Amino acid sequence: MWRTARLVAAKDLTIEWRSRQVTNQVLPFAGLTLVLFAFALDRDDITVRVAPGLFWLATTFSLIVLVQRAFDVETADGALDTLRVAGVDPAGIYLGKALALAVQLVVLETLLLIGVIVFYATNIDPAGYVLTAVTALVATCGLAFVGTLYGGLAAGAKGRETLLPLLLLPVVAPVLIGATRAFEAAFGTDGGDGIRSGVEIADGWPWVGMLAVFAAVFGAAGVLAFGPLMEEA
Amino acid sequence: MSATLTNAENDPRLGTRSGFGRWAGVTSTGFSRGLGIATIVGLVWLVLFGLVFSPQDIVQDSSVRILYVHVPTAWVAYLAFGFTAFSSAMYLFRKKKSLAWDRVAGASAEIGVMFMGLTLITGALWGRLTWGVFWAWDARLTTTAFLFVTYIGYLAVRRLGGSHQARAKRSSIFGLLAVLEIPLVHFSVLLWRSLHQEASVANPNGDVKMDGLMLFSLFVGIISFSLLYFWLVLHRQRVLYLEDRYEDADLDSALAERRSESQAASNG
Repeated sequence: MWRTARLVAAKDLTIEWRSRQVTNQVLPFAGLTLVLFAFALDRDDITVRVAPGLFWLATTFSLIVLVQRAFDVETADGALDTLRVAGVDPAGIYLGKALALAVQLVVLETLLLIGVIVFYATNIDPAGYVLTAVTALVATCGLAFVGTLYGGLAAGAKGRETLLPLLLLPVVAPVLIGATRAFEAAFGTDGGDGIRSGVEIADGWPWVGMLAVFAAVFGAAGVLAFGPLMEEA
Repeated sequence: MSATLTNAENDPRLGTRSGFGRWAGVTSTGFSRGLGIATIVGLVWLVLFGLVFSPQDIVQDSSVRILYVHVPTAWVAYLAFGFTAFSSAMYLFRKKKSLAWDRVAGASAEIGVMFMGLTLITGALWGRLTWGVFWAWDARLTTTAFLFVTYIGYLAVRRLGGSHQARAKRSSIFGLLAVLEIPLVHFSVLLWRSLHQEASVANPNGDVKMDGLMLFSLFVGIISFSLLYFWLVLHRQRVLYLEDRYEDADLDSALAERRSESQAASNG
């Protein structure tokens, strides 16, 4: 299972490396959303305050595009059917695709974080570095597991482009909430309006715990459900 | 036409007609008629108790009467989604993949979405009258809205196409995933609100003692809406069964036509 996962992940990442679709299209898209948020919100003091939320919103939108892409690659030439006929372990395929998706997300998040610091004048408290990194990693695992599971569910079906956001966005809401709150704690975001002020870094860790539960639950569900889903795709 | 339908009676694609599937395709029985009449009686009773017999609330005036509809619709929606999950599990985990369970899951979800929509509408109207706002970011409200969207997604998954069994498998997996999702959403919203502010809404039923007649009216509402739910599920899944049969009959007749065409071509 792990060997299959490694091979599938390597295959997906090689495809991305050669096609450069992520670097040439998804990254600019994510950066563009950051700029558009700034247009919509208009005021500098607001963007500083909501920077963690905008970061995770941009990541979530990009996730949809990435998942779409990850399964277009599989269904275009019936590659998924070929894997199935070859008797490849579906749990391995699932973990491999999730791993490749997670790697792409981490790259995207790193660049988005730089974007947030540059565009939204965010200052990360050095004490918050660890929390920022751990939150990003755990949340990424959750997003990758859920994205791969629901991507597989909609793969190859008619109208999946419009269906996937409808299925995916409600499910990732806990990640959006949890990761945003944890980032607020890590950034020490203080809007001065009394609601968010005085957030301590320690306040972020319970949210990381929730994100870990989310990732574990959907990871397990994906390993179990991906096989039956592929059979019927 | 009647000949194809009779053939479809024993069509394995539709599930056998023994056990649970036996009554699945029947369009009318004494039981469903009795259930329908009981539902009508219950609803008339609810209208009388809700609008005429029950007193006005001291604080809420007549707007309290919205609750006689609001609470039962919410109850029915949760019942329906629970039943969808149960039917999905029954489809997925039993050896015999019975499409009857899949159709019950689908019928139940459709009705659940409808009642959840009604819950949100009646709740917003009541909230405007009582709290002064249509919506509050309360954990219960937010979870309800997510349930609504999630099951709209479920219904979309059911329409993805493919064979009946493919539809059943895909949607039953999604139906069970929704059960995982909802507690996580609820818990995260709960944590979100409790960390930052007091719950914006005090529970109106918890700190206000309800008048006996009000409680009884609410009880009548829950009973009659539950009856309505069962009546609707029963009939909706029958329609779904006939739709499945119609699709198969269509496919069969198209196959027969092509076959006779090729035979005519080879003869001539």
